[in-house]
Amino acid sequence: MELNKLTLLESFTGLREKKFSSEELTRACFDNINKFDDQVKAFITLDKAGALAQAKAVDQKLKNDEGVSPLAGIPVAVKDLFCTAGLRTTGASKILENYVPPFDATAVKILKDNDAVILGKTNCDEFAMGGSTENSGFFPTHNPWDLERVPGGSSGGSAAAIAADMCIYSLGTDTGGSIRQPASYCSISGLKVSYGRVSRYGVMAMTSSLDTIGPFGKNVEDIALILKYLAGRDVKDSTTPDIEVDNYSEEIKKDIKGLKIGLPKEYFIEGMDEGVRQVVLEAAKKFEELGAEIVDISLPHSELAIATYYIIVPSEVSSNMARYDGIKYGLSKRGKDLLDIYLDSRAEGLGKEVKRRVMIGTYALSAGYYDAYYKKAMQTRTLVKRDFENAFEKVDVILTPVAPTPPFKLGENINDPLKMYLEDVFTTPASLAGICGLVVPAGFSNNLPVGIQLLGKRFDEKTVLRVGHQYQLATGWHKQKPVLK
Amino acid sequence: MKLTKQEVEHIATLARLRLTEEEKEKYSEQLSAILNYMEKLSSVDTAAVEPTSQVTGLTNIMREDEVIESGIEKELVDCAPDKGLGFVKIPKVFENK
Repeated sequence: MELNKLTLLESFTGLREKKFSSEELTRACFDNINKFDDQVKAFITLDKAGALAQAKAVDQKLKNDEGVSPLAGIPVAVKDLFCTAGLRTTGASKILENYVPPFDATAVKILKDNDAVILGKTNCDEFAMGGSTENSGFFPTHNPWDLERVPGGSSGGSAAAIAADMCIYSLGTDTGGSIRQPASYCSISGLKVSYGRVSRYGVMAMTSSLDTIGPFGKNVEDIALILKYLAGRDVKDSTTPDIEVDNYSEEIKKDIKGLKIGLPKEYFIEGMDEGVRQVVLEAAKKFEELGAEIVDISLPHSELAIATYYIIVPSEVSSNMARYDGIKYGLSKRGKDLLDIYLDSRAEGLGKEVKRRVMIGTYALSAGYYDAYYKKAMQTRTLVKRDFENAFEKVDVILTPVAPTPPFKLGENINDPLKMYLEDVFTTPASLAGICGLVVPAGFSNNLPVGIQLLGKRFDEKTVLRVGHQYQLATGWHKQKPVLK
Repeated sequence: MKLTKQEVEHIATLARLRLTEEEKEKYSEQLSAILNYMEKLSSVDTAAVEPTSQVTGLTNIMREDEVIESGIEKELVDCAPDKGLGFVKIPKVFENK
């Protein structure tokens, strides 16, 4: 048995039944990392010593028949945007190349409190700015399904690590599609939670009014289990409302007979990949077979989402990136005066896309342009958000493609930032509305993975997870694995 | 609309970014293309539309104004490249132009 290929629930059962130890499970993951991460490049930092120590501690507890959490002893990979006390955390940026945070992000603390085994920190686009992981300050990550192609981004390392069975599950962040698009590109399951559902404390901020964090898994059942632990109010993140956390693992068992699933016409655009279109339409048929009703709907302002998103994001980025100043932590180039420290540290430490967004945002917020750009974008954001509110009066869930194309080749879009931004056309609207979205594998286009996106109402994660889980009970796409040699 | 080199330099100064000549050139082109795309929004009538700055529906989360020790004061200051006596050290501010 190749332990690293297990799901979270299979690992949990195996550990409880003492079929294998956490140490064996952890070593199996590291063995696969040793074998394939030279090609995939999913990890920036590994913590083999820490992970094995944690695994042995859990094994001892299991041996003594002490009660442990379902997450105990199970290997997880964490996007390098999450602060991990004592373990280097770079945000995939040169400016934090040697940064070791003295505290844990809330999500990481939850994992540690549940005795999870943290294998290491995964690669991403620098401070989550990008959709291909090519904007990492260190190296790009490769898609395990086709090493010449991108794994998606920004959470590309966390997605590739699961696809290549280097871990059992992982954590990522999603601001405009950074969990959903890599999940689709790597043929795994990934959940963007509703804005405010999971605490972001200790996760490097990119666009504070849109940033969310969430899990990737080998199936939806695993994601339902992880979310139960991650979700809820955190006094350290004031955007987390005190709304009840559902029992997702139970909710997903319900069938979807009579559920209304909307198919928005604006998400089937000219120029999109024909294979992607077919995969989504076939999924719609499958949902009908399962007893759901497919309803044609319209989200008329979808077309405004990208322009809206790419004003709001750089505006907030330009503010959030001001903290990287060479004074408090991170890279510091000591010039002749204070201004030199700022200029030299940022020039050397920040990458192209970060600088580009800081420039756009600074421009959009500068005197005379605020109304034309930022305020306008906040207004068109309202229009996009209202579209969803109207649609959710008629349907329970919305089914859409995740990206207009399957994974593209490394380097294909890197010199055309606008083209890269347009890849986010189907994921940014839900981000602007703050609703949740689940991606599950649903087929292939020219042998490249294609997922479907299931969008749900704010804080209605239980329904998208239920639809996704019922789909996975009826299909086998999520069980297909890439072949690495 | 195309951003001039002067405009790019002005934005870079505001953003505390030191750009190379090559970067100025590239950003002037790329930023112009991106901003042109944003023009899409100008044709939308939003006169009667409220702006959305956040979607939580929450306002003013309050708590007692109590000191809560982080327990990692020293470690936090130690992250700074230059420090002493429990403080972060910076070069003199007021001698700068």
